Amino acid sequence: MEISNANNKTNEILHILEQDARTPPARIAAMTGLEEDAVRKTIAELEESGAIRSYKTRIDWEKAGEARVFAFIDVAAQPERGTGYDRIAERIYRYPEVHSVYLVSGSQDLRVVVEGATMQEVANFVAEKLAPIDGVRGTATHFLLKKYKDDGVLFVDREPDRRLAVMP
Amino acid sequence: VKSLSQNVLSCPASGIRRFFDLVAEMDDVISLGVGEPDFVTPWRVREAAIYSLEQGHTQYTSNYGLRELRDEIARYLCNLYGLAYDAVHEILVTVGVSEALDVAFRALLNPGDEVLIPEPCYVSYAPCVIFAGGVAVPIATRAEDGFRLRAEDVAAHITPKTKAVLLSFPSNPTGATMDRAGLQAIVRVAVDNDLYIVSDEIYDRLSYDAPHVSVASLPGARERTILLNGFSKAFAMTGWRIGYACAPAPVLEVMMKIHQYTMLCAPITAQKAAIEALRSGEKDTLEMVADYDRRRRLFVSGLNRIGLSCPMPGGAFYAFPSVESTGLSEEVFAERLLMEQRVLVVPGNVFGAPGRGHVRCCYATATPKLEQALERMATFLKSL
Repeated sequence: MEISNANNKTNEILHILEQDARTPPARIAAMTGLEEDAVRKTIAELEESGAIRSYKTRIDWEKAGEARVFAFIDVAAQPERGTGYDRIAERIYRYPEVHSVYLVSGSQDLRVVVEGATMQEVANFVAEKLAPIDGVRGTATHFLLKKYKDDGVLFVDREPDRRLAVMP
Repeated sequence: VKSLSQNVLSCPASGIRRFFDLVAEMDDVISLGVGEPDFVTPWRVREAAIYSLEQGHTQYTSNYGLRELRDEIARYLCNLYGLAYDAVHEILVTVGVSEALDVAFRALLNPGDEVLIPEPCYVSYAPCVIFAGGVAVPIATRAEDGFRLRAEDVAAHITPKTKAVLLSFPSNPTGATMDRAGLQAIVRVAVDNDLYIVSDEIYDRLSYDAPHVSVASLPGARERTILLNGFSKAFAMTGWRIGYACAPAPVLEVMMKIHQYTMLCAPITAQKAAIEALRSGEKDTLEMVADYDRRRRLFVSGLNRIGLSCPMPGGAFYAFPSVESTGLSEEVFAERLLMEQRVLVVPGNVFGAPGRGHVRCCYATATPKLEQALERMATFLKSL
């Protein structure tokens, strides 16, 4: 019972941080009814264990006025005995241009997100680095044209609060 | 022209109205005066309603409401509270709990019949009773009881004319909740005195510390209870105006007669949306409730920190702090807080005399706004 309670509180902290990584421990403590020190300790443990991977800011680069090009690349790959797709995925994800790598079901094997300053840069990366990797049998590149929602965050204007200030 | 209805004229207008007029002319107000979720209706529900319009579902429905919706309501209440209501004869879909309240009192009351109403409470109960020709008899609940209703206080207000007792837990404006034992004691009084129970459970899903107990599920209660509930709070559907009443068939039949002649049926689009809410809205509800719970703890601990005493409310989305430590009346407190720091709270006296010395703050508002409101309130308190 105590353990499951502790798990609940841990998950509660994670849910709060998932929504807003900048929530200070004092506010999390107020929201959950835990002591601030306990919150700090739990967060440190979650960082230590790798359950919390990082804290990042989700930026609308278009609004910020910086050019960024993203492409989704479906990769057909040859799995290897013993390691499956792991080794080939590793050869791909080590490039800093690579934003994400997923092993997916369906007609292709790996879904890779590549980031660059221009379309040419991304295309060159695919042609010169990604496609030639041993075990890559083919690639299909899809350039991102417009971001509507990314990782749960809307990239279009949100609906305003339309409530009356007080109900008469 | 001749004079208007004395009965209606005798009933004062809502005390919240004055603040509505004040705030209409101000900028940059943080309103804790609302009584509705800050979430919009979950998309899956809105989408289902749009689809129903595309499909041409624009007709009247059965007076009782769509059978499909009544089936879903029956299943929902059974799953949540073990209640068994017959979807054909015991469930009436209404235009919000507001209409259900009106219909319930008109179905129950003969002229002069008394209805016991625990205060502080939502502003509509007494007027609904009066419009139905009844007499509203307030029962004061106490801050030291967490504004829970004592069975002995119910018993003490019973006269030969008492017809019904109204329950509304979790409570607007206090956030008070009732446990099983407390409710059972009230049911016993109702049984002993042959009273109806009208239970407005619109905030049932917003129960944070213990699961909500629906009074009709208690021994002896079902045959005398009119259960009122709706979609406004649990599914963030205030503007759809959709709710329902559940009662034993003979009671519901009389309620249906009034509903049939005055409302005909609830809007079909809202009924279609409600079906989707019950079928697939549970996850959205749980997420919203978890979010309210965090804001509840944040806001209430904040109130206590800045010097307004407020016990942790168990339900709804209101904090009801005492402002007695300021030496100001709740009216003056609310008005000065609005004019000096642009934070809108509702003075507790509009919810009945036992609300004096308190203000109602709705914490269904974005966390940064709540923190800003707390800062402004702290500044205000220091200035006193």
